[in-house]
Amino acid sequence: MIAAQDLIEKVLARATSDECIVIVKDKTQANLRWASSTLTTNGVIQERSVTVLAFVAMDGSMAAGGVTRTNVDEKDIDALLSEAISAAKAAGPADDYAPLAKDLTLGDWSAPHNPTGPDVFKKFAPDLGEMMQRSVADKIELFGYAEHTHSTVWVGSKGGLRLRNDSPIGRVEMTGKSHERSRSTWEGIETHDFSNVSVAAIDKAIRQRLEWQAKKIDLPAGKYDTIFPSGSIADLYTYMVWVSTARDAFEGQSVFSKKGGGTRVGEKLANVPVNLYSDPSNKLLPGSPFISHAASSPLGSIFDNGQKSVRVDWMKDGVLQSLIQTRASSELTSLPFTPMGDNYFMEVAGASGNLESLIKKVDNGLLLTTLWYIRMVDPNTLLLTGLTRDGVYYVKGGEVQGATNNFRWNDSPVNALSRIKASGASEWTQPREWAEYATHMHVPPMVIGEFNMSTVSPGN
Amino acid sequence: MWVSKTVDADFLALPLSSLSDAAISTAKSLGASHVDVRIERTRTGVLSLRDAKPETQSDETIVGIGVRVIVNGAWGFASSPDLSADTAKRLANTAVAMAKTSKPLSTEEVSLAPEPSYPNKTWVSSYEIDPFSVSDSERKDRLASLSSKLLASSAVNHTSAMTMYVKEQKHYADSNGTSTTQQRVRVQTQIEAISIGEHGFESMRTLAQPAGYGWEWMGNSIWNWDKEIDELPTLLAEKVKSPSVEPGRYDLLIHPSNLWLTIHESIGHATELDRAIGYEANYAGTSFATPEKLGNLKYGSKLMNVTGDRVTEHGLSTVGWDDEGVAAQRWDIVKDGVLVGYQLDRRIAARVNQERSNGCAFADSPAHVPIQRMPNVSLQPNPTGPSLDELISSVEDGIYILGDKSWSIDMQRYNFQFTGQQFHRIKNGKLAGQLKDVAYQATTTDFWGAMKAVGGPSTYVLGGAFNCGKAQPGQVAAVSHGCPAALFDKINILNTVAEAGK
Repeated sequence: MIAAQDLIEKVLARATSDECIVIVKDKTQANLRWASSTLTTNGVIQERSVTVLAFVAMDGSMAAGGVTRTNVDEKDIDALLSEAISAAKAAGPADDYAPLAKDLTLGDWSAPHNPTGPDVFKKFAPDLGEMMQRSVADKIELFGYAEHTHSTVWVGSKGGLRLRNDSPIGRVEMTGKSHERSRSTWEGIETHDFSNVSVAAIDKAIRQRLEWQAKKIDLPAGKYDTIFPSGSIADLYTYMVWVSTARDAFEGQSVFSKKGGGTRVGEKLANVPVNLYSDPSNKLLPGSPFISHAASSPLGSIFDNGQKSVRVDWMKDGVLQSLIQTRASSELTSLPFTPMGDNYFMEVAGASGNLESLIKKVDNGLLLTTLWYIRMVDPNTLLLTGLTRDGVYYVKGGEVQGATNNFRWNDSPVNALSRIKASGASEWTQPREWAEYATHMHVPPMVIGEFNMSTVSPGN
Repeated sequence: MWVSKTVDADFLALPLSSLSDAAISTAKSLGASHVDVRIERTRTGVLSLRDAKPETQSDETIVGIGVRVIVNGAWGFASSPDLSADTAKRLANTAVAMAKTSKPLSTEEVSLAPEPSYPNKTWVSSYEIDPFSVSDSERKDRLASLSSKLLASSAVNHTSAMTMYVKEQKHYADSNGTSTTQQRVRVQTQIEAISIGEHGFESMRTLAQPAGYGWEWMGNSIWNWDKEIDELPTLLAEKVKSPSVEPGRYDLLIHPSNLWLTIHESIGHATELDRAIGYEANYAGTSFATPEKLGNLKYGSKLMNVTGDRVTEHGLSTVGWDDEGVAAQRWDIVKDGVLVGYQLDRRIAARVNQERSNGCAFADSPAHVPIQRMPNVSLQPNPTGPSLDELISSVEDGIYILGDKSWSIDMQRYNFQFTGQQFHRIKNGKLAGQLKDVAYQATTTDFWGAMKAVGGPSTYVLGGAFNCGKAQPGQVAAVSHGCPAALFDKINILNTVAEAGK
């Protein structure tokens, strides 16, 4: 296949529209999947997408249209450009129009994509094999998934954008079941390169949790002080991020809309000093230094392609500071341009300690492992529903007493901000349900008071 | 009537046979006992309008080749977007190497249930107008005019409209001599009216279902869009003013536009045999309907008859052959209330000693392996059952629910909670105004056990979704669920505002 940079230059050279942006994404991936302690599927994957965005000046504004293809032959370039122009003309002047960025170079434009492959599992795979053997001997069944992906994005434009960003990311998920599958637990870890993945640590945690489930204590539905591991906090608050667009709030269609008009920016939402921010320059979890979108959506605009990413404080000392903006919505709402981040850092000022230290602080409550099947019930309050999954424990006097049943819960992460009873230190964590989308989450484990466990679920 | 079409010439012009032959012969020479190759091209268009103006527009084509092998009883898979003979051979090499690497981690010998070979077959789904042959402005104008009609009403403050249209082309070939080339088309459109005021915001969405149609779906002859849009503002205004539901137990009459999703979650996923034996335990989950219950699990009332199929005209899961070269079939899943069948692919069929797969293998992309995915799973109407009016008049005190909205179910498919678009009170056999803030919550077998009337063929609608998720890496699939309206005895109703602690 033609090199991404060469393809971009060839397309731009033939582009006749007022402006043209080309985005090429190259992705390589290796994955392993297992169930009942045997490998079930695997893959070595290579993918490419080429997006051509045509911009056409119209009525003092601009129209935009886009076409995305896996690869583009030189002979197809003119047809592709004309399809993008036709889509732009059909769309008419864009609601999200803002002047396009020009003349910016970021990243190593000319270097080729650095592929990943099965070699990334060189240490992990044999370690996993040994863990499977030990587990089979001890009648523990293992189910899980390991994935490693290298993604490279290039953005080029007629107006002189030459931007490139690389993102290596991977994860391991492991479900352990024992005693005829009546006990079940889960562990997840995020990684850039598998160097921080310790199969021994996963094994130890799985065994400890399965042991905790020796004693079963039935509990009824009700409101419980609930200890959330950092991964389940990531799942809850990822959902909040997705519905926090400024235009929705401003137009009265969100939990962040103010009664009578405007947004809730400036309102205190949390009972403790919660900070939530995105920061592209973070060393541990770097974000892309520039914005790139292949299509406009409420979460971002193609007119913002090539804008520099900036640190955004979404919440500071428990007060809502910002909502997700395009430059067009920033003008509409008269609030600063605060684009969606690709990393999220949540912390409670002054909080320290880990999950174990939070357990010691709870006199009478529940400890969760993960949340599952999280869906919106009422967007007015951001009431979400979902299940607990793979281990709920009854905690009394600061100690785990045994396992209890799963629950269906109905609660709002926004309302829960005002019921934070304790927090630990933040850590890079893996959400369960949104693991494919939210890979850069640095959040604390927390105790949320009076969490609404609506019914008992017999599911295990 | 099945409209007779051919596979697009520009897909047939790709070097389909030469690439699949190259991959198959290379992998066989390296010791593979089974090889299958998919060369795919899937084009997806999305257009969304906010307040009648475009918000999102995309037109994406994914092309590639995926090669899957079995070597010494272990799987290997590799894929690439590059359609060249050299790449096909390289992928065969990589897949074989991956199978050898996997062997030490595999305690199970993979084998496949046998299937006759089907050389040189083609199949095209039933549609009239290729949605990609329609101009960009025609698509936009249709959505904009329907949105503008809504915005013209004082009951509507905002609108959102979305259409997604897909053309999927697939060439499959395997070392058993099967070679199929297929083309499928589908369209989904949803339009929502939003009201803002003292009540906060409230919305109502069209009940039109996604289906295996082309752009003809967007006229008024199959689904009457203009009529539905004309009625929506009044229904929304009534909902805004309606009382909040009193929680408790009610008889529920459920329209197919809501019931399809309950079928999908509580029957469709629960009867996937790969789930039931644990293959999805880390991700999508397992099932309460475990294999030893086949033939004896009382899934629901005697009125309950559910089939799986890949043959229904306009069905989203309908094909000629699946992604393992198995011919499309139709079979019973629940008969007279008892679990009698599962969904299978060739590997799972062999694992449980079934003679043949029922053809449920599907991969959503050349970069992903085929796995067992859902066929069209449908609740059969009662051939002599009541009409919708007759069902309504049979209810003394209940709620009639239309349209799907929120959905959630646990990982073993027991405990579910659904909301909807419209909730009409039924008193003494008559509709008595709308309610709001309604959710229903139940356990799968209790719910289906409480089904006390099943509507006749006149109430039957083919519903479905484009976005069913399963597997890691994640795969999405489109699937249809046909069903009649049905009546359920005393189901638990929650008030969603009370649940939020307000």
